[in-house]
Amino acid sequence: MKMKKVLSVALAAAMVAGLAVGCGSSKSAESDEGSVYYLNFKPEVAEVWEDIAKKYTEETGVEVKVKTAASNQYEQTLKSEIAKSDAPTLFQINGPTGYNAWKDYCADLSDSDLYDMLLDQDLAIKDGDGVYGIPYLEEGYGIIYNQAIMDKYFALSGAKAASMEDINSFDKLKEVSEDMQARKDELGIEGVFASTSFAPGEDWRWQTHLMNLPIHYEYEDAGVTDEDEITFKYSDNFKNTFDLYLNNSCTEPSMVGSKSVDDSMAEFALGKAAMVQNGNWAWGQISQVEGNVVTEDNIKFLPIYTGMDGDESQGICIGTENYFSVNSEASEEDQKASLDFVKWVFSSDEGKKMVTNDLGFITPFNTFLEEESPADPLAKEVIRYMSDTDLTSVSWDFQTFPSQTFKDNYGAALLQYATGSEEWDQVVKDTVADWKTEKEATAE
Amino acid sequence: MEKAYKKYFWLFVLPTLIAFTLFFVIPFIMGIVLSFCKFTTVTNAHFVGLTNYIKAFSNKDFLNALWFTTKFTVVSVITVNVFAFILAYALTRGVKGTNLFRTTFFMPNLIGGIVLGYIWQLIINGVLAKFGVTITADPKYGFWGMVVLMNWQLIGYMMIIYIAGIQNIPTELVEAAKIDGAGKMQALFKVTIPMVMSSITICLFLTLTNSFKLFDQNYALTAGGPAKKTSMLALDIYNTFYGRNGWEGVGQAKAVIFFILVGILALTQLYFTRRKEVES
Repeated sequence: MKMKKVLSVALAAAMVAGLAVGCGSSKSAESDEGSVYYLNFKPEVAEVWEDIAKKYTEETGVEVKVKTAASNQYEQTLKSEIAKSDAPTLFQINGPTGYNAWKDYCADLSDSDLYDMLLDQDLAIKDGDGVYGIPYLEEGYGIIYNQAIMDKYFALSGAKAASMEDINSFDKLKEVSEDMQARKDELGIEGVFASTSFAPGEDWRWQTHLMNLPIHYEYEDAGVTDEDEITFKYSDNFKNTFDLYLNNSCTEPSMVGSKSVDDSMAEFALGKAAMVQNGNWAWGQISQVEGNVVTEDNIKFLPIYTGMDGDESQGICIGTENYFSVNSEASEEDQKASLDFVKWVFSSDEGKKMVTNDLGFITPFNTFLEEESPADPLAKEVIRYMSDTDLTSVSWDFQTFPSQTFKDNYGAALLQYATGSEEWDQVVKDTVADWKTEKEATAE
Repeated sequence: MEKAYKKYFWLFVLPTLIAFTLFFVIPFIMGIVLSFCKFTTVTNAHFVGLTNYIKAFSNKDFLNALWFTTKFTVVSVITVNVFAFILAYALTRGVKGTNLFRTTFFMPNLIGGIVLGYIWQLIINGVLAKFGVTITADPKYGFWGMVVLMNWQLIGYMMIIYIAGIQNIPTELVEAAKIDGAGKMQALFKVTIPMVMSSITICLFLTLTNSFKLFDQNYALTAGGPAKKTSMLALDIYNTFYGRNGWEGVGQAKAVIFFILVGILALTQLYFTRRKEVES
């Protein structure tokens, strides 16, 4: 009897103990040097960051953990990761809006080497005297075109232009596109522009990137960098280009709701479309499409013309939404380790080689020599536009868009307009109102 | 002997109690507390009182989602249960290949909601392409798309429960009814249905709560499109939480309201159908 009782107590105790063991996680030994935990934003280069981390650990012995958030899940992942005791020490914010959300966690980087390395220190995210986000790459987007198809068109009799140089305004682009669309069979394409993708979550090229242009010009007119209320005075310019995409495409406007960005890029890669609006990050995607017919020397950028006065001198949209921030809640050692890590990545020979060749980043740092730039054809195009002094690049003002909700609402309205269930005037009215509401909602 | 065990009952309860507290009670209480706070992450919350609840109720998206969810729940609860019962009834008549049919009908239930949503999005878009539209062209496509999806997924599960219920009816009851001259319909409505009332209770409960809480399928099929017109409560909560900086607390408040709504609905339904259950 007594034996049984002892046994049952022992068993129960063992269960409780087992539970306790299950809960407590094994903590790795803390070293004095600190360690780095980088939460990476770009899934397409996840493996490269892991290689860089491995190399850095081999060289310095400092532990670097890299975790990558799934596509479009960065904010969600960061929210849950940063609340953990083993939080990311190095993460990224996407601009002023991102800083607003994460300012409790952003350490002041004004004394860091990385900040000193910046070519243009105005690009960093500042608040008062502090520097809280340091951009680490520059990107550009515009209308990507396939030179081979364009050359084929220029060779046709009665072509509306003789070369790409002739296309330097919206009117010309429209004339050429409409003529190309009418003669699509001769050109062997299904449409001039790839699908205007509007499947759920696939509308960012319009609600964010294309929307950047009218807002940019509105800010410029007012001489500001952000506004609580907009008039959307260049809405017709947005409509110009948006209509052009919709009406001269390989997809009927009523069907755009089922298309994803991948679909559009595949259409472009397979030569079914001659142009597609996207950024330099798209080359990886295009080159990996099975049956890709677009060769490296035939892929180029055209600025997104919207019919503004001065279209001729407008370049492509260049900016960044990738800023490094260091977690201010992390230990001193970890913060320092993180800064040392990024400094190594962007200034050591080993690091720079991987940044240029494997990550393919155009960096804003003075540690990179001119010949140390990526070989990627679209990145080269971005550099070409950056160095062209006759053209003015359009900055990425979409960083100041009020919220994700605003962008989603606008995207939804654009889809309604595309499928013909909403009038353009209504879209404009709702967007102006929504901008104000969303700015107010996130202001507190 | 028994007394000796009783003395140690707390020791036996302890492991489960700890697990329950750690993984259910604490997160639940934290959730309620957070609904009164403004926060970015759970560790930097500060109290703001009822502001979140006021914002939640004055948010037209939330009210739209509530109305849409209600419509969806009513339609899918009725259709799922009617079809599941008809199938169960048919498959307890001794048709050849009964087991094969039962297995096949049950199978959709084993596939995850997100996958189902994407598969059905392809199917529905494929069909609608013939008419030159897509699922997000009109909210009614999304609505019926979701009803079809929900039926397809849940019918099999409910069918199994109904089959179990029908098989439990004592044969003498059915025979007695037949001898007394009851027709097929009479036997169905006067004997079978009252006898499976306990299955109906559980099936209604499951379909009601599942439809009301639907998230994966909604997210994958339409993601609320067009213009949030097909967004259900759970999706609206998700979008509130992640859509705007500083609105995490409002999302949390909506979630608490959501919990209370589901609770009230489920308990009311249980109360009413329980009363109709009979003993054989």
